[in-house]
Order: sequence, then structure tokens, then C-alpha cells
Amino acid sequence: MTRLSKDTFVPSRRSFLIGSVGGGLMMAFAPAINALEVVSGGVAKQLSDKLFSPTVWFEININGQILVNIARAEMGQHVGTAIALIVADELGADWNKVEIKHVDTDPKWGYMVTGGSWSVFQTYVPMSQAGAAGRTALIDAGAKLLGVNPRDCKAENSMIVAGNQSVSFADIVKNGNIDRIFSADELAEFKPKSPANRQLISKPSKALDIPAKTNGSAKYGIDVELDNMVYARPVIPPTRHGSSVRRVDDSAAKSVKGYQGYQILKDPSDTVQGWVTVLADSYYGAIKAANALQVEYDVGETANVSEQDIIAAGEALVEDKRSGTLVVEEGDITKVAETAKTALESVYRTSSVLHFTLEPVNAAVEIKDGICHVHCGNQWQSLFLPVVAKAMGMNQDKIIIHQYYLGGGFGRRLMGDYMIPAALTAQAIGKPVKLVFTREDDTRFDCVRSPSVQQMNAYWGDDEQLLGIEHGAAAGWPTLAVAPSSMPEGVDKKGTYDPFAISGANHWYTLANHRVRAINNPLAQKTFVPGYLRAVGPGWTGWAVESFMDEIAHKQGVDPIDFRLSLLDASGKNAGTSPVSVGGARRLAKVLTDIRERANWGRKLPKNQGLGVAIAAGQERDMPTWGACIAHVEVDPETGTVKVHKLTGLLDCGTVVHPDGALAQTEGSMLWGLSLALFEGTAFEQGQVKDTNLNTYSPLRMNNIPELDISFVQNTEFPTGLGEPGLIAVAPAIANAIFNAVGARVRDLPIRPETVLAAMPS
Amino acid sequence: MIEFSLNGKKIRTDAEADTPLLWVIRDEFGLKGTKFGCGIAMCGACTVHLNGSPVRSCSLPINAIANTDIRTIEGLENQHPLQKAWVEHQVPQCGYCQSGQIMQAAALLANNANPSEDEIETYMSGNLCRCMTYVRIKEAIKDVAMQSDSVVQIYKPKTTTQSTQGVV
Repeated sequence: MTRLSKDTFVPSRRSFLIGSVGGGLMMAFAPAINALEVVSGGVAKQLSDKLFSPTVWFEININGQILVNIARAEMGQHVGTAIALIVADELGADWNKVEIKHVDTDPKWGYMVTGGSWSVFQTYVPMSQAGAAGRTALIDAGAKLLGVNPRDCKAENSMIVAGNQSVSFADIVKNGNIDRIFSADELAEFKPKSPANRQLISKPSKALDIPAKTNGSAKYGIDVELDNMVYARPVIPPTRHGSSVRRVDDSAAKSVKGYQGYQILKDPSDTVQGWVTVLADSYYGAIKAANALQVEYDVGETANVSEQDIIAAGEALVEDKRSGTLVVEEGDITKVAETAKTALESVYRTSSVLHFTLEPVNAAVEIKDGICHVHCGNQWQSLFLPVVAKAMGMNQDKIIIHQYYLGGGFGRRLMGDYMIPAALTAQAIGKPVKLVFTREDDTRFDCVRSPSVQQMNAYWGDDEQLLGIEHGAAAGWPTLAVAPSSMPEGVDKKGTYDPFAISGANHWYTLANHRVRAINNPLAQKTFVPGYLRAVGPGWTGWAVESFMDEIAHKQGVDPIDFRLSLLDASGKNAGTSPVSVGGARRLAKVLTDIRERANWGRKLPKNQGLGVAIAAGQERDMPTWGACIAHVEVDPETGTVKVHKLTGLLDCGTVVHPDGALAQTEGSMLWGLSLALFEGTAFEQGQVKDTNLNTYSPLRMNNIPELDISFVQNTEFPTGLGEPGLIAVAPAIANAIFNAVGARVRDLPIRPETVLAAMPS
Repeated sequence: MIEFSLNGKKIRTDAEADTPLLWVIRDEFGLKGTKFGCGIAMCGACTVHLNGSPVRSCSLPINAIANTDIRTIEGLENQHPLQKAWVEHQVPQCGYCQSGQIMQAAALLANNANPSEDEIETYMSGNLCRCMTYVRIKEAIKDVAMQSDSVVQIYKPKTTTQSTQGVV
């Protein structure tokens, strides 16, 4: 399978096609292979035959409306707006004439995945170049109409302007006859506009998807209706793997009005094992009938697994210094450990966390004329399209996944497992099916963020100098579950590991001796499908790294910010690489220095209050967004209750393409960080999560939001990602603030009042 | 058979008496703006107005609403000042909860044109936003409240019955 790397998806070495098609002007990347050879009958013919292979392409109609087609999932990050801004700025477009469309799957459109905060990072250069190529073609055509030299023309506000003459994009398109191809080399000549010449990027603009989300007209997967469809609800088996249906008794279900029977699913892809779906002519009928259905199972082997079992397995794994795959190996930590004069060991744990997308997972499926049409919101269509094909016994080219708005993604909809029971049911009954999970069904089928255990060891020499740190991190691995062949080798070549379950541990602090072991927890792996959850690896490795840095600073009696700055020297591998991580740890040090002032670090606070700091460089070393958070908390020493008064966040993501969108993403991700720090966390009980709805699972609500002070470093560096990085530093900043407030060191996430109380110094 | 008014229009349904209003609105009458979130009245995504008061339609059986006036997000007809403020403040992210948030906020302002910060938080905390857009929801509500109650009352939804109370 395609290696899961953010670099895989960047269109490269492709030529760019611009041609008059059906009255409009269409612009797209050529197919990746032998681009020039496949052109027959000119660019316009190729475009009209849809012989192009972009991840994004755009068209201008005779009214000058510009439609940017987006192959990325829209789940609240306004990704289409950011991508369209990049194109439109280079094109010289009037933003009021720009529209976006989210496209369905088609093999021609390339690999489709939305995650990792990668979208802007990956598309910035190719989309800038595509826009610039479009501008060049429009200027040439416009100059011809005006009878002037193209060199005297510029594109602005959807007009080609030469002195006091001008012609609109619409009129140029109406005149037709554009047939241009830019080779990959020519395309590469286009450098993104200099910041001073930008009209749209980094300027205030409104997200294109928002109006429909204020009047009920935005269409999500759950809103799909198909002619003659039957409603279905799944009956979730007692274990994620290995259960099988022994017997079904539907005698009680038969009294439910509209009940249309049940299906025991046979899934050749093994995505769903031991599943029954219940059918009715209304969804409420399907809910009631499923409640009335009696299903007997042969249960899978994990039916009695508890959270504590998984944590205990993780504790044993981190304790065994030979376990796992080496991800970082600097110096000789074994020798340092043997010769150290003093040492510090801390173990950090995080609980299972639910995605809890507010739209429960669902899919509507129709098999028509030999094609299986799957309707749903999804983040990683290219991962599950082959799985749907396998489950259905159909060829991949007979599967189309139709995209809708996602009522929350956060990584849940990277997995398309919910498509499978809908597709199998539709196939079994020969009718279109709309399968909707109730909230409880959704939660029991969630690919949770795995519980984790991390052991941190620090060693000091004779002169009380920190010599090195060892970090072992044990958890279930998402990529092992869904794309194992894409996992890279460890530095010792002794095995592979999931980079998404360790990223963040390979941080930007310079340490002469540093070892990181990524350890798979097999009990977690077989009990559930470990999921990617917003901020993914750094979302929980950062908990250990930044809490431990604070512990070390306090042990050495050094200010936690001074201590961090002393290790952020940007030397060696931490110097960074142009253009993406240019500056390296120096930019992290700047963020930390700036936030110290912004949050008035070191000021005197009332009793039981404290400030805590943490930094992060999510999501990966080759796409770092440099960030820091300072939390201001108050702890009630009688109850252990933590109140967060304020979160200060400062981020350097390079060029901020869509400033308000960037702020919105960071508000959301920082409050997610707070929610995961204090309010969320479930536990496995008898093989499944114990909290299935809001009566016991309690994400952050409006009455618990603190004051937020969020700002961005203003620079014009290469843009990185923002959907997740704001989350990472929040929990450790809160924990470090709790320590500074009352002297309690908490190492378990979420931070519960009883843990704080237990950790209070006597 | 149960009769009620939906966005000012008298309608009737043959749905089973215990069917939650949510499914009747969405699947029988095709108004998809009202969302299914938790099914136990704890997330607020399904919030509609019953005689002007916010209710959770996922947990309200159809036999309890005979002859009442139900208004959904579509019934605001894109004219409510809160809808404009939601765009102005760029509130929605994934957007799934926002119909419910707007309906809850509209009920708040209809009863209390100038709520305090605490009153907003208390009234809105039953509505979960998984994207955590709370800061902007609060700002948008405050913005509309500050435009004085006369602005809030400019909006009068069209009705075809005399009894509709709508959101004002």
C-alpha cells in the first residue's frame, strides 16, 4: 500500500493543463505518468475527457465564478477556504467569486487523506504554482483581447488590467480558445508571491463553509436520503474482534412497527466480526427493534479485559529496557545509567479517550448498475475504499465514496470501518441502506486513543550536570492496525514502529545521551482498534516529555523556562532544515521567550494558584509548528479540584494563510487540550469502554472555559499545520501549574481531583 | 394521528406515538437541520422550540406535542440576528451542533434580551460543541444582546397560524 507519509501526497513533477472546456476555463494537474504523452487532441480535449490527476483543480465559468474542487475532508478546519485562498491569491481572483466543492473518490484524483494537520503544508507550493500558471494564461489571453503586451498586464480582482484598460476573467473565458500546458519545470519556476504582494493570504477572510452551517442547510453524511432506502442500526458484539453470532431471536422485535428483519453479516475483510444489523422502515423503528433483539454470541478472547489490565501490561513493557523499537539513540544511555551519580524515574499514564464526534458514524450505501456508492463523511477514503471492495467482493474501481461535511473528524473518520456494515447490509438485502449508529453504538465501536504508559529516566553525573534521558512509551498503535506495511524501521533496524504513536518523543531539546523506545502494547492492540485522535502521538507523548522536563528543572532548582531554554540551543540535528523547519529549536526558544513575557511569568500569585509552562513542536519533526502554553490554575487543597483561570498560547506556524481560521483551530485545539487534561477519559471494562454517552462522559462545556490569550508569531516562513498542535502543551502546562500551586505532581491523565489530593505534600 | 404546527405550518403525522419528534422532523418532513447527537437530551444538537421554549427533540415523544407550535432552525428563515452574528463571528467549525446552539441561544435572548456572562454560560452549558467553539458562541450571543432588544425583535417569522410564538 501507499506509504503513509505526508510527502507521498504532494503532486510532484506534474505538468499543468489549462483549457477552454464546455464554455468555461478549466485548470488541472496532468496525470503523474508521462503527462505529455497522454495528451491527444490538445489540452482542452484532455481536460474535457477528464484526463487529469489533481488533488485539487479549478474552473472559471463564463460568469467569472471560480470553482475550486477540493479533495480534502471538511470537518471544521475550513480547509477548502485555506486552499482556495492560496489559489485565488496567485490567480488574482475576486474572493467574492470563489466557491469550493468537496469531491467524491475517483482513482484519478490521487490519494485522499485529511489528517496530520498536513493540508495547508502539503498544498501551499503546488496550489500557489497552479494559481500562478492560471494567472499567466489569463494575462496572455487578456493581453491579446486588449491588444497590449502581456508584460504590461497584471491580474487583480478577477480582472486583467493594463494601464487604464481592463478585461474581466469572465470575458476572457467567454472568448474561449485557451489551450496551454505548463511543464513541471515551467511550473517550478513560479515562486509563491512575496508577502507584500498578497491580496488574500494572511488577510482577514470569511470561511466559505460557514453560512450553510448557521441555517441547517449544510449536508452531513447522516442527512443523506436514497430512494427506497431501508434504515438500519447495528448490534455491536461484546468484543471488537473474534466474536461470532450463535443465535438470534427476533420474536420481540417483530412487534415493532415497520420492522424489516435482521442480517447476520459475513465480512470477508474481517472489519466487523459477529455483527448483526437490524432493519426497519424508520430509524426509530430500527433502534427499537435492535433493543428488542436477543443475540447470543461466542465471544472473543478479550471479553474480560479491563483498563487496568492494559495499563499493567504497559507498565511491565516500559520496565523491560529491552522492549520496543529504538526511535532515537543519541550517545550511550546504558552507560550513562550505569555510571550516573543520581537518577530520577517517573511513570506517566493516560486513560482511554473517546473521539465522540457529535455526528455518530453512519453510512448510506446503494449498489446500482454494478457500482457500490457509499455516502458518508470520511477523512481517509483511500484507506477504506479497498477494504469496502474486499468486503463486497467487488473491484476497487466499482466503489465510489461520496463525500459530505463531517460532523466532527478528530481522527475518528480516518477509519472508514463504519462503511462496511452498511455496504454488507445493502448487498445482502438488495436495497439501499442507511445505517446509523446510536451514540452508544458509536462509542462502543470507537477506535479510542489507546491508554498509554511512559517511563522517563533522567541521569546526572558528578557535577550535577544532566547527562541524558531515556523514554519508553507503550500503547496500542493505530498504524499497526490499519496500515502496518507503511511503518518505518527503527534506528537499530531491529523492527518497525508506528511513528504516529511516538512522535513528540523525538523532541528538539539537545541531549548528549537520549534514547526513545516505541513499544507496542499487544493487549491494547487486540482488545480494540487503536485510533488516531486529535494531536495523535504528541497529544500523549508530550504529557510525559513536558511534565518530566518540569520535574527535572525543579530537581535541579532551576526555573522551568530557563532550564528548557538551556537545552534549546538549535545545535546538530536541532538546527532545523530549510524551508520547513528553518531555524529549528531557535524558533521554539523564541516562542518560549516571548510567552514568558506575555503571560507575565514569575509574578507573585495568591495562595494555591500557580503558573505552569510547556512547549511542543507538533505534529512531526519534519513539519513542526512551534508552540508554548502557560496555564494559570487554582487548586482547592481540600477537594483537589483544579480550576483553570487562563491559558496563554503562542504558536509559530510560519505564514498564517487564513488568520481567523488559524485562531479558530487554536481556540478549539487548546480547549480540547483542557478537556483531555481535566474532563475526559474512560476505561475498558469487560472488553469495551465503560462510558458510552454524556451521562458519564463529560467533555468540556461552556461553563468551564478559561480566559484564552492566543497569538501567533508574525513571520513569512513556510506554513505548517494548525489543526492539532495547539492541543499538545495544554495538559502538561496545567500539571506543571498544579505543582507550582500546591506542590502536587500528577502523572495520570486525565487529572482527577482524587489524584491531586493524593499527590499533595503532607 | 397527531397534529402540530411545524415552522408555522399545520401538519399531521401517523408516526408511532412514542417516536421522538426528532425523527419525525428529519425523516418524515425532511428538515435535516436538526441533528441527532446523543439521544438522551444531553448534547443539545436536536434543540427545537416548543411554543417558544427550547426542548430536546430526541427525547420528546410525538404524543406529547399535539397541537403545539414547533420551530426548527429552518423556521428562522436565515433572518435571525443570531444567524448573522454566527457568520460575523465565524462561529461554526464542523457545524454539527450549531443549529441546536442557535436555537438555544435564540430562546435565551427571547426571554432575556440582555443576559449577563454567567446567564449565558448557565443557559448554554447544556449544548455540547465538540469542536469547542464556545468562545465564539458566547461572543456572538453577547454581540446580538448588545444590539439592544429592539434589534432582536426585528425578526418576526412568517406564520400561517395565529398561535405561533416563534423565537421573539
